[in-house]
Amino acid sequence: MELICPAGTPASLEAAVEAGADAIYCGFRDETNARNFPGLNFSRDELKKSIAFAHRHGVKVLVAINTFARAGSFGLWQAAIDDAVAAGADALILADLATLDYAARRHPAQRLHVSVQAGAANPDAIRFYAESFGARRVVLPRVLNVMEIAAIVRESAVETEVFVFGGLCVMEEGRCSLSSYATGQSPNMNGVCSPASDVAYAERDGQVVSTLGGFTINSFGKGEPAGYPTLCKGRFATPKGSGYIFEEPVSLDAAVMLPALRDAGVTAFKIEGRQRGRAYIAGVVRSFRKILAAIDEGRSPPAADLAAMAEGQTSTVGAYRKGWR
Amino acid sequence: MQLTLGPVLYHWTPERWREFYFRIADEAPVDTVVIGEAVCSKRTPFKQDHIPAVIERLEAAGKRVLHASLILVSLPRERRQTRELVQADEAEVEINDLTCLTGLTRKPFAVGPFVNVYNEAAAGFLAARGATRICLPPELPLPAIAVIAAAQPKVATEVFAFGKVPLAISARCYHARAHKLTKDNCRFVCEQDPDGMPVKTLDGAEFLSVNGVQTLSAGCASLLRDVPTLRHAGVASLRLSPQCCDMVAVARLFRDVVDERIDPGEAERRLGEIYPDVPFSNGFLYGAPGHVRMEVGGGSLGAMHRGPPVRGRMLS
Repeated sequence: MELICPAGTPASLEAAVEAGADAIYCGFRDETNARNFPGLNFSRDELKKSIAFAHRHGVKVLVAINTFARAGSFGLWQAAIDDAVAAGADALILADLATLDYAARRHPAQRLHVSVQAGAANPDAIRFYAESFGARRVVLPRVLNVMEIAAIVRESAVETEVFVFGGLCVMEEGRCSLSSYATGQSPNMNGVCSPASDVAYAERDGQVVSTLGGFTINSFGKGEPAGYPTLCKGRFATPKGSGYIFEEPVSLDAAVMLPALRDAGVTAFKIEGRQRGRAYIAGVVRSFRKILAAIDEGRSPPAADLAAMAEGQTSTVGAYRKGWR
Repeated sequence: MQLTLGPVLYHWTPERWREFYFRIADEAPVDTVVIGEAVCSKRTPFKQDHIPAVIERLEAAGKRVLHASLILVSLPRERRQTRELVQADEAEVEINDLTCLTGLTRKPFAVGPFVNVYNEAAAGFLAARGATRICLPPELPLPAIAVIAAAQPKVATEVFAFGKVPLAISARCYHARAHKLTKDNCRFVCEQDPDGMPVKTLDGAEFLSVNGVQTLSAGCASLLRDVPTLRHAGVASLRLSPQCCDMVAVARLFRDVVDERIDPGEAERRLGEIYPDVPFSNGFLYGAPGHVRMEVGGGSLGAMHRGPPVRGRMLS
C-alpha cells in the first residue's frame, strides 16, 4: 500500500517526504495542472531539485499535467511533459487524450498514470487507457463504492489509486463545468474550481452571504462559520425544499475504509490538498502512516488522529460506502 | 451548416418520447437525430420498446440517426448496455464516454459533448479511430472551436447551440435526494420534471436545473445570433437539445437563420416566444461565465480560455 501525498511547494514536498510519504504528486506553476492557484506549484528548477531530494530519500515524485490542453497551444503541455520526464519524474499523471497520446509516443519508457480528471470509472474505460497508451495506473473517480472498486481491480491489469482524504468532488471529476458556468473558469480548462477571484462575502439582513460569480452559494446566521463557497456544496432552493441539494460542506475522510480498500486490492492511497500548507500536509501524512502501520499489524486504526485535520469541517466516506448515492 | 437534434436528456414518459420523435421525423428540418438514454441507465428500459419504430420513422424521413451512449458508466448493467450498444447494428453510435472505444466494432462513429475534446490533438486522436463528427464540450470558447475545426477538416465540428446546458454528471441522484429517496429506490421522481427541476439561489435567482444524476443550467444556451460567427469559425453543425417547448419551431428558426432567410436578432426574439420565461445565454462561446448573454462577437478571439471574463459587454 503506497501513500501518495500532495505538495504545492518544495517546502511541502520536503515535509511530506520527512513525514513518511511513499510518493509525492505535484505540478508546474501554470495552467497545465489542475491546482493552478496563485503562489503554488513548481518552477522547472524547483521540480528538478525536489525530485532529486525525494529520490535521495527513496520517495517517488509523480507530476500532474492533468488539465485539458488549450487548442492551438498544445506546445505548453508538450513542454511540461518533456520537462517533467527530463527532471526525472517517476510517473506523469495525465487526463487528456492529447497529452496521453503525446507522452506515450514521445516517451515510451515513461510510466503514465491516468488522472482522476479522465473519469475512468469501469474496467472497459481502464482497458482503453492501458491498451492505447500503456497506462500503468488509474486514479479512480470518486463515484465508486468499495465493492465496485474490488471488481475493477479484479478485472484490470493496471494498478488503482484512490483518494482517501481531503476535498471531495460530488460530481464526476473531469466532467463538471459548474464552475465555468458561474465564473468563466473551470477545472478542465483553467485548473481551478470556484476560484477565489470570483468569491465575495456580504452582510445582508444579519446574515453573512457568500457568493461565487455573483450567485449566492450560502447564507450563514450569527455564530455560524461562513465557509468557502464551493459551488456544489452550497445551499439552494428547489420546489422540494431548500438546503444542501448536492452535498454538505464536507470533506473526504476514508480512514475507516482503508482496510476494506486494501482488501479490495487498491495499490495506492492518495491525499488531496496541493493547496494546503506544509504543517497540514506533514500532520495528515504522519496520521495516515500510523493508521496504515496499525492496519498492517492487525490493530484497530487510531482514527482520532485525523479529527483535528478536517479543520472543523464534517467529513464523509463519500461514495465508498454504498448508500451515498 | 447542418442541424443535429441531441438526445432527450430528461425522463419523459415513453409515449411522449415516441410522439416527440414521430413529429420531429415528420416536421423538423434537422439532418441528424440522436436518440437513446445518455443520463441514467435506470431509464433505458422505458424507451427500449419504442426505439425500432422511432428509428424507422426518422430514417424514412431521411434523417441520419445516431444512438447516444451513457455518459457515466460504472455499474455492471451500464457496462452491459454500453457494450450492447457499440456492438449492435441498429444505428450509428454517438459515444459519450471513452468506455465505448473498448469493443467498438462499428465505424464510423460520432462523439457526443460529454467526451473531453478540448483541442485539435484530442480530435485528431478520435478521428484516426473513426470519428466523423464531434460535438465539442459546451464550455469550449470560440477560438478553440475554430482551431479544432481548421485542424480536422474531415471531421464535422458540432457545437451545443440550443438548450439548457449539461454541466455535470454524478453517481448520486439529486432528484432522489431532493425527494428524500435513495437512487436505488428512486421511484423515477425525475419524471415529474420533464424540463428539469429548478434550482434557485437562496435569494431567488435562477441558477441550475437537476435532471436525476445530471445537473444542467437554468438558463438556455442560444447561439442563434452567433450563427454567422460559428460558420466563419468552420463549425459544420449545430446541436439543438430538446426542451419542453416546440422543438419543431426551434429547428425551423435555426434552419432559417442558417439559410439566411431571417435576421438572427429577430430570430432570437421569436425564439423567446417559443421558449418563454427562460433566459438565453452564450457566455461560454466568448470565454465568459456560461450564464451570461453577450453581444454577438462579444469576446476577443485572443482571450481563449484564460484571464478574466469580458464583463464589460454583457447584456444581462
